[in-house]
Amino acid sequence: MKDVVKEQKKNQKMVDVYIMGKRYKVPEGLTIMQALEYAGYQMIRGAGCRAGFCGACATVFQIKSNPQLQFDLACQTEVQQDMYLTQIPFFPAQKTIYNINDVKPTGEDIIKAYPDIVKCFGCNTCTKTCPQDLEVMWFMSDALRGDVSAAAYKSFDCVMCGLCAARCPQGLVPYNVGMLARRLRGKYIAPRSKHLEERLVEIKAGKHNAEMEKLKKMSKEEITKKYISRDIEPES
Amino acid sequence: MYSPEMQETIVKLLDKREERLKVSFKRITLEEKMPLLNQYHPDYVIGAMREIKVGVNNGGKAPQELVDLLEGHSRINPDKIDLSKIDHDVDVLIIGGGGAGASAALLAQEQGVNVLLVTKLRLGDANTVGAQAGTQAADRAEDSPAIHYLDTMGGGGFTNVPALVEALTTDGPGAIKWLEDLGVMWDKEPDGKMHELSGGGASRRRLHSCRDYTGLEEMRVLRDELRNRQINYLEFEPAIELILDDKGQAAGAILMNLETKEIAIVKAKAVVMATGGGGRLHYQGYPTTNHYGATADGLVMAYRAGAKLIYVDTMQYHPTGVAYPPQIIGQLVSEKVRTLGAQLVNRDGDRFIHHLETRDVVASAIIRECRSGRGITTPTGQPGVWLDSPMIEILRGKGTILKEIPAMFRQFMRYGIDMSKDPILVYPTLHYQNGGILISPDATTTVPGLFAAGEVEGGVHGRNRLIGNSTLDIFVFGRRAGVAAGQYAKRAKPGKLSLNHVRKWEAELKKAGLETRPVSPILLPNYTHHENPVGLGVGIVPDLGRE
Repeated sequence: MKDVVKEQKKNQKMVDVYIMGKRYKVPEGLTIMQALEYAGYQMIRGAGCRAGFCGACATVFQIKSNPQLQFDLACQTEVQQDMYLTQIPFFPAQKTIYNINDVKPTGEDIIKAYPDIVKCFGCNTCTKTCPQDLEVMWFMSDALRGDVSAAAYKSFDCVMCGLCAARCPQGLVPYNVGMLARRLRGKYIAPRSKHLEERLVEIKAGKHNAEMEKLKKMSKEEITKKYISRDIEPES
Repeated sequence: MYSPEMQETIVKLLDKREERLKVSFKRITLEEKMPLLNQYHPDYVIGAMREIKVGVNNGGKAPQELVDLLEGHSRINPDKIDLSKIDHDVDVLIIGGGGAGASAALLAQEQGVNVLLVTKLRLGDANTVGAQAGTQAADRAEDSPAIHYLDTMGGGGFTNVPALVEALTTDGPGAIKWLEDLGVMWDKEPDGKMHELSGGGASRRRLHSCRDYTGLEEMRVLRDELRNRQINYLEFEPAIELILDDKGQAAGAILMNLETKEIAIVKAKAVVMATGGGGRLHYQGYPTTNHYGATADGLVMAYRAGAKLIYVDTMQYHPTGVAYPPQIIGQLVSEKVRTLGAQLVNRDGDRFIHHLETRDVVASAIIRECRSGRGITTPTGQPGVWLDSPMIEILRGKGTILKEIPAMFRQFMRYGIDMSKDPILVYPTLHYQNGGILISPDATTTVPGLFAAGEVEGGVHGRNRLIGNSTLDIFVFGRRAGVAAGQYAKRAKPGKLSLNHVRKWEAELKKAGLETRPVSPILLPNYTHHENPVGLGVGIVPDLGRE
């Protein structure tokens, strides 16, 4: 194992990356986040779950040979030769304050919360920017049309990195609009779960208390026996 | 994509797949379980743990890396802190901005008290967002809180604190409902039935999911609600030491602005510790699924203030961390991949453990296979076993992977691996702190005025946590802590602020000959060394076993 590591280090190919314009040599195969750290930056901003879920590490980059700006998550993207890197540590996006109990699951109420969404002129920059490859402009138009469920589902995999808002020429905040649509779907539109309501009534009435007390009082031997002999439901 | 050597083992996996689909694999017996854990689980590696020499748990054990910090020096000099200059005077201070802290903040505010939440990174930067598979709660007719209790106790090796498990399982359905009322989009059948899957060690299907973004969805909603309710929160401003009063009650904390290093004093009538776990301490050199800030700060601060810890000598190694590609070694492969039917297979194409055993058992079995020469080795020397993910769509139909586990699919597609067509390589990764600050069912600790919720507390899960009980824990005990802290604050009789416990601590360290210990909490891991960037794999020895 150690020899493999040593051998690998000897053969390690290096690539040139430019962090805010300054050149660093880093091993090929690192993610952008690992490359920043390898170069000596201790992250304070711009690092969160390090696994593609939290949206803290929104990154803008450019490859020397291609003037087009590119966007992705630093923890999920591999470095390339001649990559110019910078992170977006903070973007002051608008978030409307609302009481979820007072908002109705309609297009009108979404527009009331985010009136600017009518200003979308369809440039689709948001969609092109999204590191999760979501159809951002399309869920914005769903929200505008009042199709709350469509907006909720299309935005569901959003990690709230904010790149869409940072890039929108009209100053819109698609990721917060998606957030509202999802909460409205979850709270008002999703069909109710009868079995959950019933279970809550049972718990309140103390229906399960006696069985729980019995289990709690069992000795280790008794509960072990009970555990071993419990029936296991099929997986599906 | 996969090296020729790896591909050779895939041929064997394919050869035996049809047979594996037909034949069921025997579950492990309790008699077989203990020797397996003893021989292969990282908790049992000789030299991994050592005795704690100071404080309430003196003589107890914890991982070496954690003991260093538990025995650490304070970041502050009490003589240089002016406790008469209060920056924030609140009723309830909540330390930590993950699922537990956010739940506590919402419920504390509902008690009509003034709440301040402080967090080291951003609100929501926590292990909560990385939780994928789901949240357990017994809400189906075929299930009950008692059956959930039994599963949880068995998963924990019957070491769990019964009253805490009772609270966890009885509050479960209510937590699911609370989240739905806030707008969490649970996966459901068209008739409204929750779409629930089974999990390792669970005898019923009771995992509530939001695709494989469950924790992210839960956290997004709580964060949005916290903002809507205009609860005060400070980001990039972690607590670095608790403040007590002259009666020994928790009375606030000292904060440090992570960027400017400026200190701030919070005075509070009750404090909720909700700082999560410590995966970023990389016990035994393991990679981790944990978020960047998981450095056990809460354990360190609470311990120094006199809180009793329980089961801090047991960590959860998630059986299925990524073993390939090297860029994402140690990141989580959701247990949902197994709950959907993917089996674990060694280099000979054979199953070696039932895929839905508890995590301690599955992790140990994978390590056993790799140590016994039945693992698969990648070109960087990382061992692993195959997780036969294409089985999911054979069992449940085409399109299941994209629908149920889009995050997993996305994670591997970025590196050209299509998990619906090819298996993925996995190896255990450091995932969760099973124990922590000992709490009672109302989330109180052994320090008056100090409450704890979520991964930082212990007792709920005993020595091994079940899938989906961690997110349930943060809502159940986060909510309980919020209520209890709010009510406590209303009747609290605060004394004079004091840092005498820190002075006393330093004296104890000196007496025990521990002056060379590091300063703690460490707040952030340091990955800036040029030799071994952690996470690449080359700097990590994935298994410091007995050999």
